[in-house]
Amino acid sequence: MEDLQLMVGGLANGCVYGLIALGFVLIYKATEQVNFAQGDMMMLGAFIAIGLGNESHGGLPFWLACVGAVVIMAAFGMAMERTLLRPLFGQSQIAVVILTIAFGFVLRFIAGAIWGHDPLVMDHPIAGTHVTFGPVVLSADEIAVIAVTVLLTGLLYLFFSRTKLGIAMQAASQNQLAAYYMGIPVKRIHGLTWMLAGATAAAAGILFAAKGSVDPSAGLLGIKAFAAAVIGGFGSLPGALLGGLIIGLVEPFAARYVAAGYAQIAPYAVLILVLIFRPHGLFAQVSGKKL
Amino acid sequence: MSGALLEVRNLESYYGPVLAIRGISLDVQEGTIVTVLGANGAGKTTLLKTISGVLNPEKGAVRFAGEAIARKEPDAIVRRGIVHVPEGREIFPLLTVAQNLEMGAYCRADRGIAADISRVVDYFPILQERMAQPAGTLSGGQQQMLAVARGLMARPKLMLLDEPSLGLSPLLVRGIFNVIRRLNQERGISVLLVEQNARLALEVADFGYVMETGRIVLDGSTEALKESRDIQEFYLGGHQNSARGDRRWKRRKSWR
Repeated sequence: MEDLQLMVGGLANGCVYGLIALGFVLIYKATEQVNFAQGDMMMLGAFIAIGLGNESHGGLPFWLACVGAVVIMAAFGMAMERTLLRPLFGQSQIAVVILTIAFGFVLRFIAGAIWGHDPLVMDHPIAGTHVTFGPVVLSADEIAVIAVTVLLTGLLYLFFSRTKLGIAMQAASQNQLAAYYMGIPVKRIHGLTWMLAGATAAAAGILFAAKGSVDPSAGLLGIKAFAAAVIGGFGSLPGALLGGLIIGLVEPFAARYVAAGYAQIAPYAVLILVLIFRPHGLFAQVSGKKL
Repeated sequence: MSGALLEVRNLESYYGPVLAIRGISLDVQEGTIVTVLGANGAGKTTLLKTISGVLNPEKGAVRFAGEAIARKEPDAIVRRGIVHVPEGREIFPLLTVAQNLEMGAYCRADRGIAADISRVVDYFPILQERMAQPAGTLSGGQQQMLAVARGLMARPKLMLLDEPSLGLSPLLVRGIFNVIRRLNQERGISVLLVEQNARLALEVADFGYVMETGRIVLDGSTEALKESRDIQEFYLGGHQNSARGDRRWKRRKSWR
């Protein structure tokens, strides 16, 4: 019974990690840049949802606040690409890494200045309710988080496999030069990818806030999401989600069954094991070019 | 000469830090196949990349159907009817063959795309069997066919073909060149063909230019070029008599 509760809690955490990891991978695949501010964008998305929807702040209906946060973060991602990343196009990876790490700090302080450094809790319709299956008591928000993540994953899958824009995004990430030759506007595609990553970050933020409180340093769990993305192969969208779920599941079980003090290192131990035995990650997409 | 479909005038373009083409002028008349011959590093690929908008020229003009297109974005140029089939089969390896073909039609918004796929695949029947397969699993020759077919999906008026024979078996090369000729005759597509296989290129083309270190050193109808002693000696590997062989080093300079 207890294990099942641990599992559901772990899966719900894992969904948040997975969605942040998805943002990492989306941007990396499209532009070969790593956005270390992805976790902080998640935090910002959570605060915007709280700022719009909570009684003490904007007071909008919950659903409207969610949509608003997603739209604002989508625009934010696109603006970030246009103003910060595009001038660095063609520069070394390290410049982008430093820039995004620094920008993450900036976001943390901006969020602190606007919403304060104390944890805030999001008002939402199912806060604090429980679902009981016989002897098992599960919290409704955790189940909702898992359901919403499954839904979002399905939508993203349909977008990437069925729509012309989604296929063009894949094409531009697989062979940028050929995409130029086919008249795919690669720079606009990069902007749209950042937009999608911003929207995903907002969704992750709302789900994160639904399970507990948010403070400006919440974005630091982006590090765990980064580990999740690496476990998944850093280039594979299903891999990123799976990596997130693995980390999410490892944490509560390690906390329960491993001696205190060692539990925190469990996700990273998994990361190291994966890197030793499958250096390209679980869902590697390595294929040599045919000559 | 004016009224050509494609007019390139005094084009200069850098490839990285190197001034790879140094003042090139050439014309492609509507409905013809024009070939550009030249050794490695002559600047042929840079020329095509500058025409298709992937590189911006340093100086000079490119006009397509009378309109200046130099320095326009690649998608704007594809929309006007020029498609570049790059060297080395730059396909999208993880997309299926069908998705690759759809991406070729990215700039089109009409409803004829599905019909066009079957029309294009008529030229390359092997692709029909591979439609649902990731393009990266095709053989080299099939990937080259896919690259040409994908280019056709844009419904080009002018195709820029970069080394379509590279690394293919003689039989496949024949096949590709037959298709190029058919496309030209049946659909009126003009072609600017860059090729190292001079014999084949001169066979299929109507007009030819010879490039060396960024300049055009010779041009003419393919009949005239085939007769040219320089072409015979350096590109076709023709049988020379011994006297000519002795003076080879002098002749080599004559194009500069």
